[in-house]
Amino acid sequence: MSVPVHRGRFGAAQAERLLWRAGFGPAPGQAARLSRKGLRHAVRSLTRPRGKAKLRGPAPHDDDGLPLAPGDAWGHDLLWWLDRMVRSDQPLVERMTLVWHDWFATADVGQTTLNLKQNELFRKRGLGSFEELLLAVTVDPAMLVWLSGNENERGAPNENYGRELMELFTLGADNGYSEDDVREQARALTGWTNDWDESRGMVNFRFERDRHDYGRKSIFGKAGNFDWRDSCRLCIDHPAHARFFVTRLWSYFVPTPPPKRTLRALEKQYRRDRNIRRIVEAILMHPALYEGPRMVKPPIVQIAGMLRARRRGIDTDSWTWIADEAGQRLFQPPNVAGWDEQRWLDTARIGGRWTAAAQNTRAAEIDPDGYDPNETAAAAVRKALRFWGDPNLSSQTRGELQRFAARVENVATDDWQQASYRGLRQNALRILIAVSPEFQTS
Amino acid sequence: MSAAGHRCGCREFTRAELARRSFAEAGRGLPAIEPGMPAPAGTGMTRRSLLLRGGALALSVYGASMLKPQAFVEGIARAAGTQGKVLVSVFLEGGIDALSVLAPVNDDTYRRLRPQLRLAPGAGPAWTEDTRLQWHPSATPLHQLHGEGKVTVFPGIGYTNADQSHFTSRHYWEVGELSTRADTGWLGRLLDVVGDDENPLQGLSLDGSLAPSLATARVPVAATWGASYDLWAPGVWGEVEDLMFESFARMGVAAERSRDDGLSGAGRVVRQAGALRTQLKAFSGEIASPVAYPDSEHFSESLAGLAAMLGAGLPIRVASVGAPGSYDTHDEQAGSFGADLAQTCKGLLAFQRDLEARGLDDRVLTLVWSEFGRRPEENGDGSSAGTDHGAGGNAFLIGTAAKGRMVGEWPGLKSLDEDDNLRSTSDFRSVYCSLLEQWFGVDAAAVVPGASGFNRPVLVG
Repeated sequence: MSVPVHRGRFGAAQAERLLWRAGFGPAPGQAARLSRKGLRHAVRSLTRPRGKAKLRGPAPHDDDGLPLAPGDAWGHDLLWWLDRMVRSDQPLVERMTLVWHDWFATADVGQTTLNLKQNELFRKRGLGSFEELLLAVTVDPAMLVWLSGNENERGAPNENYGRELMELFTLGADNGYSEDDVREQARALTGWTNDWDESRGMVNFRFERDRHDYGRKSIFGKAGNFDWRDSCRLCIDHPAHARFFVTRLWSYFVPTPPPKRTLRALEKQYRRDRNIRRIVEAILMHPALYEGPRMVKPPIVQIAGMLRARRRGIDTDSWTWIADEAGQRLFQPPNVAGWDEQRWLDTARIGGRWTAAAQNTRAAEIDPDGYDPNETAAAAVRKALRFWGDPNLSSQTRGELQRFAARVENVATDDWQQASYRGLRQNALRILIAVSPEFQTS
Repeated sequence: MSAAGHRCGCREFTRAELARRSFAEAGRGLPAIEPGMPAPAGTGMTRRSLLLRGGALALSVYGASMLKPQAFVEGIARAAGTQGKVLVSVFLEGGIDALSVLAPVNDDTYRRLRPQLRLAPGAGPAWTEDTRLQWHPSATPLHQLHGEGKVTVFPGIGYTNADQSHFTSRHYWEVGELSTRADTGWLGRLLDVVGDDENPLQGLSLDGSLAPSLATARVPVAATWGASYDLWAPGVWGEVEDLMFESFARMGVAAERSRDDGLSGAGRVVRQAGALRTQLKAFSGEIASPVAYPDSEHFSESLAGLAAMLGAGLPIRVASVGAPGSYDTHDEQAGSFGADLAQTCKGLLAFQRDLEARGLDDRVLTLVWSEFGRRPEENGDGSSAGTDHGAGGNAFLIGTAAKGRMVGEWPGLKSLDEDDNLRSTSDFRSVYCSLLEQWFGVDAAAVVPGASGFNRPVLVG
């Protein structure tokens, strides 16, 4: 029993979808280049990058032209990561970092450097063993603060992390554990603490034997003197975990649920070694990704993708509030359950996506005076598509763009309007492409 | 929640937020009102003017997903013109410090517990109903309305064994019971009893997403943001801009017809956005209010828009808006508290004056509430002093129809609860029961679990 592999066409269109689902969209020409590798090699070029990531393109700066200060300046945490999304030559590594940021959703704990360290942890371990990732996250300082692990001590257990460990991170709500298990998990997880330093804030996160409850615990019907490592491993070994894991991971890449046989095969594969990379590879080669319906791009992916298409670096602080408006302020997930992907698009959120598009078109805004008065509708559409790196759009969307371009010519009746209306038309076409329903999805 | 909040131990996350999240999703994504629909019968106005005079808000409609947009227009039209009672919920996020809103300035215990944060005697007006207490200077607008008999003060509101989690306590207030599992709001359940199957405006959240207290099980409600819906198109104007927005909406309509679920969902949202923008562009701009609001912040704009919508006869029964600022003042309370309170109180005063000028004041009550009060003993030292989560707190019921007599006495600092917090002398569920019965004429038992166990303070009249 193996996981099905896409046998159909893998052309530029399919490669473009892959780059949106597994990364942040193509740079101009990248989809066609990737498609020439064939599906397997294309996927592996994403999942098995060599060496350290290289950042290509203009270095980021803020509105004042100064370098980013992600640990200090408001909003620069987002800008710093968005820059990596835009420029890294290992897009899947960044995308997996985003997956784990949502999976182990930790908002700003009031000391941004801790969140940035957690981000680095996701980047470093995001394609390795889930067991190792879970162990590392459990005692990650930002997580210890976020879910009260540093306040969980013998005699006064705090259930915050123990509950989410099962409900959100490894098993799913009400899926094979009891309230007693929550309490016992909390006891097993006791012992972590930190110091407070007047100038540096929270420091010296550590396990202290005095704070740990060394008594016997009973978790999932098993008894032992469990500690935080046992706590994690008991969850990983729980019979409900593998299905929860592969189903949730799948949902980040494919909008339809995995077929039953696929699910069983993925579970079996995962149980072998808890390896994340192999499951991701299986999902990225699955026919459902290429043959199934389109998927709404997460707001930050959409924003990064526009910048990639434009080969534009981070040159303004505005992306922080625009991302917020579009519904995905990095480092500020709405709660520990992460972002709700069902809410990526509504009339309020599309306003943020529109603003992101306009922010890009304004940076290259055409002055309607002196524009080519003879440009044809078809040439105008071609030029506007090129502005966004020639995205793969359906004939229906292209048709509407063409119709718009032609209608502008119909209303340009006076001589003076011939040039200026065509200039306005080009500005409008660029916006229309980026706000089209098709471009919100991949 | 502020970064300061995280440092100070209110980062815990509870089932309440998950519950909120799950029910805030109910029925999402219904179509908004579209252009080209007939004017709602019986309102005496065109649909455009209805939207214009209604403040031109973008609508997100929740619930009742089987209904077509036409049904909403008809539902709104049918419900419009009924001069029903209205309740506005104003939430002070973070847990407002009751001892700073109404301060016992001459109380020795207060002076001892609040060496940095105590208010000076005479800094603000005395509270006439209990002269031991003095209004914060920033609360002077409330003092003014109270003097006119238009504010009922709850000087020690809460519930016994108060939960000190923002999320949990707020959730209790929102759902109207001490249960983390409840998944409809108390105002939502009111609408489920008295509301219309086809009128989403009956429950209006003005902060962009569904207010949990308005979450219904049965009838539709709506969410708007501020008072405008605009899409910024640099380098595009005039006829070309009009054509662009037409094409935008047309791409939505076409995509919505797709058999591809992802594309069709995106198409629906694009169509809605295009429709809204088209409707609103002819009358974008400021709402003409008969009174001056303190500034152009979201809170003021929301209240001004709400008054305008009520003035236009829109069938709103309950509305929700968040007050400006954050009251989670764990540190440096002196820095932010006064400014936030001033913004809030000035906005509330302007809203009341607006309603009076429009002749609507007999129909509208505003309930101002917070998830809890704060710890009587301040923390920290010097300018960084703040207060931690407490229990008993303040609430206010504002309106011409409000009784204007305090409910529950000031609990005092002599006998604090086991966590050294203020006790509560009135229960928020009692207030809900009274409002349901005295304002809406609804049997509270149908809305508040265990309603028979709560007393009914006189709030109206």
